[in-house]
Amino acid sequence: MNYYTAKNNQRINLSDIPTIDFETFKAQLEMTNLRPIGFFGADWGENIRLFAFLVDDEEGEIFISSALLDKNAKEYPSITKENHQYHIFEREFYEQFGIKPVGHPWLKPLRLNQDKHEFFEMEGEEIHQVAVGPIHAGVIEPGHFRFMCQGEKVYNLEIMLGYQHRGVEDLMVKKPSNQLAESICGDSVIAYNTAYSQVMEALSDTKVSIKAKLIRAIALEMERIAIHIGDMGAILGDIAYLMGKEVYAVTRTLVINTMLEISGSRFGRGLITFGGVNFDIDDELSEKILSVLSEVKATVEKMTKAALQSSSVMSRLEKTGVVSKETAQELNLVGLIARSCGIEIDSRFDFKDEFYQDFEKKKFSATNDAYSRFKIRYKEVIESISFVKKLLKKLEVVKDDEILVEKNDLISNSLAISIVEGWRGEVVHIALTDENGKLRRYKIKDPSFNNWWGLSMALRGNGISDFPLCNKGFDLSYAGFDL
Amino acid sequence: MINNILIIVLNILFLLIMPFFMVGLIKKTKAFFGGRKGISIFQPFYDFVKLLKKGQVISSSTSWIFKIAPLVIFSSVIFAGLFAPIFYGKAIIELECAFVVFSYLLGFSKFFAIISALDTGSSFEGMGSSREACFTTLIEPAFFIILASIAVLTGNSTFNSISMILTSTGAFGLLITIMMVAAIFIMLLVECSRVPVDDPETHLELTMIHEVMILDNSGFDLALITYASGIKMAILSAIIVNLILPSALNGALFAVLFIALTLLLAIIIGIIESMMARIRMSHVFEFVFIMSSIALVIASLVAVRMFGV
Repeated sequence: MNYYTAKNNQRINLSDIPTIDFETFKAQLEMTNLRPIGFFGADWGENIRLFAFLVDDEEGEIFISSALLDKNAKEYPSITKENHQYHIFEREFYEQFGIKPVGHPWLKPLRLNQDKHEFFEMEGEEIHQVAVGPIHAGVIEPGHFRFMCQGEKVYNLEIMLGYQHRGVEDLMVKKPSNQLAESICGDSVIAYNTAYSQVMEALSDTKVSIKAKLIRAIALEMERIAIHIGDMGAILGDIAYLMGKEVYAVTRTLVINTMLEISGSRFGRGLITFGGVNFDIDDELSEKILSVLSEVKATVEKMTKAALQSSSVMSRLEKTGVVSKETAQELNLVGLIARSCGIEIDSRFDFKDEFYQDFEKKKFSATNDAYSRFKIRYKEVIESISFVKKLLKKLEVVKDDEILVEKNDLISNSLAISIVEGWRGEVVHIALTDENGKLRRYKIKDPSFNNWWGLSMALRGNGISDFPLCNKGFDLSYAGFDL
Repeated sequence: MINNILIIVLNILFLLIMPFFMVGLIKKTKAFFGGRKGISIFQPFYDFVKLLKKGQVISSSTSWIFKIAPLVIFSSVIFAGLFAPIFYGKAIIELECAFVVFSYLLGFSKFFAIISALDTGSSFEGMGSSREACFTTLIEPAFFIILASIAVLTGNSTFNSISMILTSTGAFGLLITIMMVAAIFIMLLVECSRVPVDDPETHLELTMIHEVMILDNSGFDLALITYASGIKMAILSAIIVNLILPSALNGALFAVLFIALTLLLAIIIGIIESMMARIRMSHVFEFVFIMSSIALVIASLVAVRMFGV
């Protein structure tokens, strides 16, 4: 095994990462049961350097390896054939560099020129296709869904995205900024901005104060609380359970309004910056946050109890859109959805975040269905509220810290990776610098990158009218995927 | 055959005005339970006027069927309303076996709604049509069984015989009445696409039944269709209220109670919509089967009583 072993938020010299011949590289990836979180190419003079980032969730270690491919190569043998976890990564690589993975089972571009490619089709007299989107009835992002149905039953769902492709990764290389980072995916502002800032800080060896880190962590948990509560309301709204929809919507507003008081933006825009944070949390604000959160906790507990006692709600949620643990593992699902399928991965704990080590996390008894996806949100809201309380206590100790430090220049020929557990799951940012200390490649992986395929699988064998309910349970990002 | 002027006027007013207030009241009730102030109770009327004034967009893939369907739907529902017992248990036109005409007029409107939806060629509308047709096929026989049993029981085959059951047959009549109210209430929820069968508020095409069939209609046509579905709700509510309210009550008292009970029914529908989630699509059949079962029980009870079998 030829890897460089790294930790989260660590700067690595590019020369330390082994470059091995492609055959060995491929064999390594096929054999291992480590989870890929990055697989992408970068222009490397005459060649393309193909990087692979694997993680060991139990040890909290990241394994990095690379191989060179000739820039003029037309094709290479696909890894997906042996290890299905690479299917999206290879499609993305094919789209970005035009080198074809031979033997890939469903090779079409991921984000561009989708119109020119056929959908998976079923044949039969009673089979009908239902095409939904890319423009939808609600105020949501664009995406196309193609269902193959017999009557009400869905046999296959193919999801086509890319309508919001803005070339974010290239923009990041040209002009990296916090404003850009927090605009990539509007519902994960804190997670994206934290990941970006941590990558830049690792690359420039900037040491951020404990206080700034604590404020980031608090903001991240607040984001989780707000979006989870909003999603719980949306799930109940989709099954026409009006009371739940309204109560959760009101409660979510309390949380985002508190965020407004912290940073001047309800979604925390402008709070986090390369070098620290822009806004302090003083004692008064800290009191305010605590009192709002205890009110939120009481309401959420009461409402969830009422909703889950309603037999009509339970009959809709239970056994709808089941994704088995095996499927989830095979597809490399991450974050919230993985946890709702019984895979206990959470990068806050797995990568030994300094603040979370003494926090307690209960085990979740997953049922893999829509109920599980609702219940895990409830569990995480309650846990996050207690985390915020503890983080605020830690904040008192470092009251006199600076919140913003001087930032250093980026160090040349380096690589850094940052994994942040946003509300949806791991947000991965990887940046590489060139010999002049400028960014040469920036790679982002949203949890939706993995999880859209979970949604496809959740629909199989379910009624087509259950799609909105499953979709809300996953609540994936279009912008975060399209980049 | 044609009743006196007062009943004609009252019934027509009821058919034309009540739909707006019922829909408005349902929305108000839902807003109340959701902790919101809610829209004005007159909003459905304002919406109707607004739609009448708006222009239309008609898909180029549709034929003449799509264009005439809204008028056919509206006029057949109004026509059905002429045969339905409203004030004092009396219909505007009374015929022997009027309920057959009534059912087929409603069926006719539904038939046109379905072929008009299919005419658009949209996969959504096809899906909605198949759902709507499915549920109607189950509702219709149950409705016939119920009304035929009543005709046998009261020995009177006009539609207004339903208001006689409670007064004419004592405890047995009470039992039949309760069952009929339950059955026709289920019919109302299905026919008027209310929760738990359908969700009139949703924007999710894949989950819709009735709403998805009218996705392509706009402006004047949409106004007629929504109005027609409101009128259908008012008619079915009138039938339910007539089952409960003894027709022996005199004059103004009956009229006031009648309107109050109809509005109460709207509030009850609003409460159900606030407290309950929708049933999974595949389980709606089971919900409709409740009505069929009740119909069969009514038929057997009547048969035992009348013929002693």
